[in-house]
Amino acid sequence: MMDNIAGSKSSLGWAVNISVVLLVALWVFPTFGLLVSSFRTADQIVGSGWWASMFPSEQTERFRASDPDENRVQQGDLFVVEGNIFEENGGGGDIKSWGTSSRAVDAYQPGDVADLGDGETFTVDADGNYAWSGNEEQISGRGQRAFVTAETPPEFTTENYVNIMTSGDSNDNMAKAFFNTLTVTIPATIIPIVVAAFAAYALAWMDFPGRAILIACVVGLLVVPLQLALIPLLKLHVGIGIGKGYLGVWLAHTGFGLPLAIYLLRNYMVGLPRDIIENAKVDGATDFQIFTKIILPLSFPALASFAIFQFLWTWNDLLVAKVFLIDATGQTTVMTDQIVNLLGTRGGNWEILATAAFVSIAVPLCVFFAMQKYLVRGLLAGSVK
Amino acid sequence: MNPALLGLMTIALGVGGCVLYFWGSNQILDKVIFPAKGPEAGRNINRANQVRPWLFLFPAIFALGLYLAYPVFETLRLSLTDRDAGGAFVGLANYNQMMAEPKFWEALRNNMLWLIVVPAASTAFGLLAAQLTDRIKWGAAAKSLIFMPMAISFVGAGVIFKLVYEARPADQGQIGVLNAVWLQFEGGIGSFLFLQLLPAIMLLSFAAIVAYVGWIFVRPIAESKERGGGKGYVPLRLFVGAAALYLVYLSLSSLIGVFTFDYPYGQPQTWLTIPFWNSFLLMVVLIWIQTGFAMVILSAALRGIPEETVEAAIIDGANPFQIFFKIKVPQIMGTIVVVWTTITIVVLKVFDIVFAMTNGQWETQVLANYMYDKMFRANDWGVGSASAIIIMLLVTPILVWNVYNARKEMK
Repeated sequence: MMDNIAGSKSSLGWAVNISVVLLVALWVFPTFGLLVSSFRTADQIVGSGWWASMFPSEQTERFRASDPDENRVQQGDLFVVEGNIFEENGGGGDIKSWGTSSRAVDAYQPGDVADLGDGETFTVDADGNYAWSGNEEQISGRGQRAFVTAETPPEFTTENYVNIMTSGDSNDNMAKAFFNTLTVTIPATIIPIVVAAFAAYALAWMDFPGRAILIACVVGLLVVPLQLALIPLLKLHVGIGIGKGYLGVWLAHTGFGLPLAIYLLRNYMVGLPRDIIENAKVDGATDFQIFTKIILPLSFPALASFAIFQFLWTWNDLLVAKVFLIDATGQTTVMTDQIVNLLGTRGGNWEILATAAFVSIAVPLCVFFAMQKYLVRGLLAGSVK
Repeated sequence: MNPALLGLMTIALGVGGCVLYFWGSNQILDKVIFPAKGPEAGRNINRANQVRPWLFLFPAIFALGLYLAYPVFETLRLSLTDRDAGGAFVGLANYNQMMAEPKFWEALRNNMLWLIVVPAASTAFGLLAAQLTDRIKWGAAAKSLIFMPMAISFVGAGVIFKLVYEARPADQGQIGVLNAVWLQFEGGIGSFLFLQLLPAIMLLSFAAIVAYVGWIFVRPIAESKERGGGKGYVPLRLFVGAAALYLVYLSLSSLIGVFTFDYPYGQPQTWLTIPFWNSFLLMVVLIWIQTGFAMVILSAALRGIPEETVEAAIIDGANPFQIFFKIKVPQIMGTIVVVWTTITIVVLKVFDIVFAMTNGQWETQVLANYMYDKMFRANDWGVGSASAIIIMLLVTPILVWNVYNARKEMK
């Protein structure tokens, strides 16, 4: 509306629209490429770029009519061999043009009759049916050669997904890793929320000495790189008998997620109206009751924001899982780790890589699109301060 | 036991345990230790209220202390000891050993490059996307598409971009977008426009923006000298100014290279193995992910700008670019700094992308991956911890700055 005042909206409007289209295309393009690739067969992926699969593809192939000595049929004076290219050679599609010489592969349209001299003729129609006729001498020896340019419609398959979820090869099979990831993620999302909610309430609404210092500590711990925690905590886990396993990774994710959880929840709770809490206190409610009956339900948006963060972070995590969870047996591998291994062992097998990556990307993407509102709210609460 | 069942039990135990702890400890406090009846009822209520915050805080403080605070000191201690010698104190030997390794310097140099390029590019793209999408009808949809990579794991993004960078022999069809585009260039006028003129313009505009930002930072010093009053932050301002000057010099000197470089037209490139430039290709992955974050935050900040300031500028005859750079950007400078520092922290910790895509080969090593290499492949906890401490040191200024701001806000 401000631009209308300046009268510049109409002149800049189209430029802005085009720029945004380009920007969005640039951002979506890479993911889209992987998604498309995951629905193509291995041969298709190495045969052409994924962008080509969006359009009907034209391919020229050489074939020979079937063996005349066996298949020719006499019709009056002439001998005829008939058949269908696609049935005999595989493939399919819509024939655009054909020819009998490698120098002119598109000499004829479907249905045209090629004169091969001395009454010998050859014809191919759009469906691939062909007829080759001539005298006894002409229709003998090897089958007539022909070059056919056919247009095949875009073709996609869900076979890759079936393969990767049911494959017998434990390196390829993502089903187990999928459930392992789920097993890591859910407790690692819920437990820090519970712990952080109580702490956030105390930091927001309870008076006690040292509160300001604690809040400062939480802010400081927000940025401490978890890299520092790897060796000391692994030693600790091994020392107290947890070792590498789910319990260890749940605890680690809880610890690493807490600063953000406390920070987000406290910032939100501080903004809740003071009257409600004071009225409840006057009515004789204890802090515990106030917290569970009033604060928790009111804080739902902040709880949801953090839950999404923590879910995305634990689902997508590689480092914490590698250090605290995955042992030498590899039974507890998570999807990110398995994909990294596949990158090493199956570097060129894009049908496997693309599909495996998309299996792991799909869930966070669904969560993202379903709960984007809360994610944005959480980002704003966590950063703009 | 089936891990799924174990997971369910842990949720039940963990959540149940937490709730039971909070409820039970409150009950014990109110009913047993300081009962709110009898002769000392009033005093007991006060006492109970003094203890209660610590009951609420205890699990969180315990977890934070054990999982984040204690490791900082333990890592520091480990970096000064030798695991093979039974944990004997070795002073700075691990640091000396690390400094002697070329891979460490490579990692440090690359990290510095990442630190400059990724936050700058993400913030710039984010600002651009925020400004553009706020002006169109389908802006919300466009935003959510640009924001989408936030949900994708670094590993997943690594796979996505490995396909983009994929190279196949020259006589076969290319399946990587980058090589397919690259092979379109043959050295004609199009190649000159896109591979020489466009980079040159980009370099020049980058130099111009950096010079402008540097000037914004340094100008108050010059002005305050004239007026004879201090404006504060002088060392910081001088540092930013010097860094800007260096960047301007770098971009201007590489301008010559752009025009003299002999492009290998017609040859598919294995992009990730080209030293120096491959680091930038890895950075693209992180920029792609972080731009959405920058856009969301900056878009909210842009919408928070008071309309009167913009309207006043329009009445004064400012054009859209002047409005953007002179009216809007200065007003959201605080938010830009927050976005910049947040992305900086992500960059300092970046591990998965390098680990999945090159694993530090072809001179793409970064500190976090170097540390992982040392700790879990070479099993050298001393040097590994030393490099972790380096990462911590690099984060510390931001940590101090954040705490300082948070305290200022509390008052």
